[in-house]
Amino acid sequence: MGKIFQKPEALSDTITHYCPGCTHGVAHRLIAEVIDELGIHGRTVGIAPVGCAVLMYNYFTCDFQEAAHGRAPAMATGIKRVRPDLMVFTYQGDGDLASIGLSEIVHAANRGEKFTTIFINNAVYGMTGGQMAPTTMPDQRTTTSPFGRKPSEVGMPIRMAELLASLETPGYIVRQTLVKPKYVTRAKKAIKKAFMYQMENRCFSMVELLSTCPTNWGMTPVAATKWVEEKMMPYYRLGEFKTPEDD
Amino acid sequence: MSKVLMKGNEAIGEAAIRAGSLNYFAYPITPQSEVAEYLSRRMPEVGGVFLQGESEVAVSYMIFGAAACGERVFTTSSSPGISLMSEGISYITAAECPAVFVNIMRGGPGLGGILPSQADYFQATKGGGHGDYRLLVMAPASVQEAVEMVMQAFVLAEKYLNPVMILGDGLIGQMMEPVEFPEHLKVEPSNKDGWATSGMDTRKSSHRNLVKTLYLDPGELNAHNLKLKAKYERMQREEIRYETYNLNGDYEILIVSYGTMSRVCRTAIDNLKESGLEVGMIRPQHLFPFPGQAINDAAAKKGCRAVLSVEMSMGQMVEDVERSVIGKCPVHWYGKCGGEVPTPEEVMGEIRKIIE
Repeated sequence: MGKIFQKPEALSDTITHYCPGCTHGVAHRLIAEVIDELGIHGRTVGIAPVGCAVLMYNYFTCDFQEAAHGRAPAMATGIKRVRPDLMVFTYQGDGDLASIGLSEIVHAANRGEKFTTIFINNAVYGMTGGQMAPTTMPDQRTTTSPFGRKPSEVGMPIRMAELLASLETPGYIVRQTLVKPKYVTRAKKAIKKAFMYQMENRCFSMVELLSTCPTNWGMTPVAATKWVEEKMMPYYRLGEFKTPEDD
Repeated sequence: MSKVLMKGNEAIGEAAIRAGSLNYFAYPITPQSEVAEYLSRRMPEVGGVFLQGESEVAVSYMIFGAAACGERVFTTSSSPGISLMSEGISYITAAECPAVFVNIMRGGPGLGGILPSQADYFQATKGGGHGDYRLLVMAPASVQEAVEMVMQAFVLAEKYLNPVMILGDGLIGQMMEPVEFPEHLKVEPSNKDGWATSGMDTRKSSHRNLVKTLYLDPGELNAHNLKLKAKYERMQREEIRYETYNLNGDYEILIVSYGTMSRVCRTAIDNLKESGLEVGMIRPQHLFPFPGQAINDAAAKKGCRAVLSVEMSMGQMVEDVERSVIGKCPVHWYGKCGGEVPTPEEVMGEIRKIIE
C-alpha cells in the first residue's frame, strides 16, 4: 500500500519556531504542496520577509532570498525581470506589505510583475511584539493602541486585496483564511491558481490569508480562530476580487 | 576602434553593456537621467533588461534580487537617490552579492543643487547605510576613464562579491569628450553556483542556495563581520590605484585631489611651474581603498612643506589625507561645494597663501 499522506518535498525537517495556534505553518505547507504538485521545486525562489516568517527558509528546501522589511516585491521584480524562467513568490505580513512596503507591492502589481505574493494578514505586527498594523481592526487593542485602534485618529484598516484589485492592470487577487479545514482547502486552491497564472506568464497574483496570532492577541488558539471569523471576516470579505479573465 | 564623441552619462551606459551587464534598473534624477534615457533605447537593441522603478529604494532591491541570482546588474543615480539606495546597498554588501552603483554627484545636503559636487565622499567611502561595510569606490577624472572603470567595476564586484561604486562628479556625467571603448569584456561571472539563487535545476549539486543577511547568533554575526573585514583588507592590499603628477622632482606642496577637480589642479600645477613654484599631485583613482602609504611617502619627501586636499566638498577627503600624512607636514583643505568648480587661479591663490 502506498503512502496517502506525507510531508511535501519542498518542506524540510526543521522543528517549527512558530507559536501554538499560529497559522504560518499551515500556509507554509500549502505553498510547499503546490510547489510539489506543479513540479517546480528546482526553479523556485522564495523571498522571506522581515517578521515572524523571516526564518521561513529554514522550513523550505528550495532557493531562497531574505528581503528587507517591505522590499520583497522589488526583489521579486529584480529576479523575474532577469530570470523570467524562475518561479518566484514573496511571503509577507501586514506590517511588511501594507505599511512599509505599500509602494513596492502597489507598483509591482500595477506593472503586472509575474510573481506570486502570499500575504499573511493577522491584524498585528507579530515579531516585534504585537504593535498596531494598518490592518488592525477598529477598537482592537495592541501594544501601541492600548485603548483600542481609534479610526478617528489612525483611519480604518486597509483592505489590500480590494486596493490592488482596483488597479486596471490584469491580476489575480484573492482573499482566503486558514482558520477551518474548509477554508484551508479553498486557500490551497487559490495558492495553486496564483502559481499557475505565474507559470503561464499571465499576471501578478496575490493570495491574502486571514491568519491568527494568539500570542499577540492574548487569546487561546481556539478563541483566536473564532475572532477571525467573527471580527475579521465581516470586514475582510473572502473571495476572488480580480482574475485575469475579468478583462 | 575609433574614438566617438559622447556625453559621460551615455558613455557610462554603453560601457556597462560592453561589460556584459544587460540588466539595468533606475529611477530618474538630475544630473544623470541621460543614462536611463540612453539605456531605455539601447537595452532593447541588445536584448537586455531596462526597468524604471518606482523609487530609488525599490531600485536598490531590484538590483539585490537580480544580483542574488548571479546576474550582472547595475544602476545609476545621484546623491539624494544614493541616500535612498543606501539601505539596499547595506543589505547587498551583507549578503555578499556583486553589483555596480554609479553616483553622479550633485550638491547637498538635502536637495542641495543639481550642479557638480564631490560631497558624497563620506557616504561612499565610510558607509552611507548601516553596519560595518565598505564599497570599493572608483573615481574617474574623464569620460574615457569612466568607461574603463565601469567595465572594470563588474570584474571587481565579482572578484570580491561586494558592490562597487563609481563616484563621479556631475561634470563627468554631463560633459562630452572623445572616448574609445575597450573590447567587450570577455570575463563571465564565475563561481556563482555556490551562492546564487539561480534555481536548483541550473546547478549540478543538489544544495539549495540561500541569500540572507540575518545572523541572530552573536558568534555567527561576529564571524560574518570578520569575513567581510578580511575582504576589505584584501582590497587594501590589492586594489589601491592612484596617479601621480609632477612628483618625480622636488616640490614644495603636495596636492591630493580626485575626479574633475584633479584636472583643474593639473592646470594650476602647470601654471605655477612656469613661475618657478613646484607642486606635485597624487590623484586617488580608487577612494576606497585609499592610497594612504603613497601620500605618506610623498608628504615625507624632503622639501615638501605642506599637503593640500582640493575637493568639491567642505572637507571630507582631507580627513583621510590627514590620517595618511600622520603629522609629517601640515595638511590644508581647499574647496567649494555650491556647484561651481574652483578655477586654476583659485587653487594657485590657495597654494601661494600656504607658501607665504
